[in-house]
Amino acid sequence: MIRIADVTKSFGENKALSEVSLDILDEELFVLIGPDGAGKSTLFRILVTLLLPDKGHVLIKGLDVVKDFWKIRKIMGYMPGTFSLYPDLTVEENLAFYARIFGMSLGENYPLIREVYEQIEPFKNRPAGKLSGGMKQKLALSCALIHRPEVLVLDEPTTGVDAASRKEFWQMLKKIQREGITVIVSTAYMDEASRGDRTCFLHKGKLLKAGTPEEIRESYPFPLYACRSKDNFALLKALRNEPSTASAMLYGKTIHYSPARNDFSVGTFLSDLEGTGNYGPIEYRKTTPSMEDSFAFLSKQ
Amino acid sequence: MKRFLAFTIKEFRHILRDTRTLLILFGIPVVEIVIFGYVVTNEIRHVPVVILDKSKDVTTQKITDRILASPWFLEETKVKSEKEIHGLFKKGNVRLAVIFGPDFEKRLMTRGNVPVQVIADGSDPNAARLMVGYLNAIVLQAQKDLNKGMNTTGRLFIKTRMEFNPELKGAFMFVPGTIAMILMLISAMMTSISIAREKETGTMEAMLVSPLHPLQIIIGKVVPYVVIAFMDAVIIIALGGAIFGVPLKGSLFLLMGEVTLFIFLSLSLGIMFSTMSSTQMEAMFLSFFALLLPTVLLSGFIFPIEDMPVALQWFSALMPARWFIVILKSIMLKGAGFLYVWKETLILAGMTMVFLLVSIKKFTIRLE
Repeated sequence: MIRIADVTKSFGENKALSEVSLDILDEELFVLIGPDGAGKSTLFRILVTLLLPDKGHVLIKGLDVVKDFWKIRKIMGYMPGTFSLYPDLTVEENLAFYARIFGMSLGENYPLIREVYEQIEPFKNRPAGKLSGGMKQKLALSCALIHRPEVLVLDEPTTGVDAASRKEFWQMLKKIQREGITVIVSTAYMDEASRGDRTCFLHKGKLLKAGTPEEIRESYPFPLYACRSKDNFALLKALRNEPSTASAMLYGKTIHYSPARNDFSVGTFLSDLEGTGNYGPIEYRKTTPSMEDSFAFLSKQ
Repeated sequence: MKRFLAFTIKEFRHILRDTRTLLILFGIPVVEIVIFGYVVTNEIRHVPVVILDKSKDVTTQKITDRILASPWFLEETKVKSEKEIHGLFKKGNVRLAVIFGPDFEKRLMTRGNVPVQVIADGSDPNAARLMVGYLNAIVLQAQKDLNKGMNTTGRLFIKTRMEFNPELKGAFMFVPGTIAMILMLISAMMTSISIAREKETGTMEAMLVSPLHPLQIIIGKVVPYVVIAFMDAVIIIALGGAIFGVPLKGSLFLLMGEVTLFIFLSLSLGIMFSTMSSTQMEAMFLSFFALLLPTVLLSGFIFPIEDMPVALQWFSALMPARWFIVILKSIMLKGAGFLYVWKETLILAGMTMVFLLVSIKKFTIRLE
């Protein structure tokens, strides 16, 4: 288990993390979600012993990230946000290098990475700098996995990668998890939030909520409606101006709207609203909150 | 060891794949030595010269005519005393003075060896050597003629004194200076840039989260540069000897030992700079302005240290290259053994220790 307790980290005036506490279970696929600058990379760097927390402590499988960092570095696989490949070395040389600095030969853990690596193997003599985003990502993942870590930490691995590759990537992570490896992934894409066993939401250095996707969805405290009209922007503005509105936000082609009270006739309210502006007829239906709804609500509090 | 080797192999690959780096590593030393060599050995012509003839006899007149008939020397003015000469030198009006003592001809007939006194402006040591060389040739020629006509056994010889730079420091300086500069460039600048590159591209992050010890990273990083810097030193010394006849009078073994020491010093400087900078740009500027410029300007490579203001002379003592150039010069040009350079060697070794300690202290096992 990974136990993060009351971790605070500042860079000068700027507080990157404040009192973050979190448990991550063994062999779990854990997703850390948050917008840019939320503190995701800082938290990961503390996990992989690259940064020291100002306050609080972190235990990884009973090892302290400050005191036992040599031991932790042996069981960690880390893929930084920059992919950290050598662009002038070929695919194969990159992989061999990472294997060797962990004291492994290329063949030793090949079965573990085979599925990932097979896809880039045809290009093994190509310099890593000339790979596409998706292929770079796969190579970086192979490099981070080649020493069969117990915990794999991936910092925004899907950023800048096309949608098809992203989907495929999450499937690969599931398989890696099944090999008995704890996988911790951060992402800024809200739609990836529900891909893990559990997810937590980091916002401005604070941990807002952690739990399974269901738990997070169910934590949404209001009834939720998906509304639609001729002019969604005007309607959004109107809804937000109403004192009875708890939340209103654009969600694709609809507006996700929540009244602050449960005993509230949405039908009457919306048909009244129809008359006040040029929205045309307002369609609405009750809907279940998504992760995004929950997080958006949490981040406003 | 296996891990360490992996690192060194990787580092060699980086260097060998980048043509630009290769060009810097091997092209610059060659180009530099040739440029410096030719720039300082250029022809001299029409050197303003002053002649003080205290004898004014036929022989001195003959020699004077010969000197002034040559394309190299041009009479600037005549003077009556040595004092005036000094003033002319100071103003820079003349660069060479020829003095014939009183009763020149008479002494040549009776006493045998008679000096022709020559004072040369030593602030441009290379030019001074050339001027004296040409003058020497002219006087020898005059001697031949004299011997023919006068049936005398008297001998003329040149007694040279350098104004400003009496030891003629700077002659053949370009080879020791270039060695110092190139070793600094390759060892300090290239390593600090290459370490900073790993920081910039984020590969350092991945590397730190591995069981590699920071010392393994650093040593693995610098080994290729030690090899290359050493090769460059050999190239420069060989080229200097082959093209410009720069001698190697002392022990080659001692010379290479000192070269190695200086390579280690530069590497430790490079590592120290890399711990202070997080981008390649920063590393480059830091090495360039804090290292290369002072090395070139203050080490005595281009400007003689004696001519610097006292404050700068003190400052130049902090330049590792200054001591290294002294060592190189002593070994190569004077043939000195270790006993003559142990002090400078000790200074360099001490500096290396300090830089290494600082870098080890500053090289973090983490990101901050």
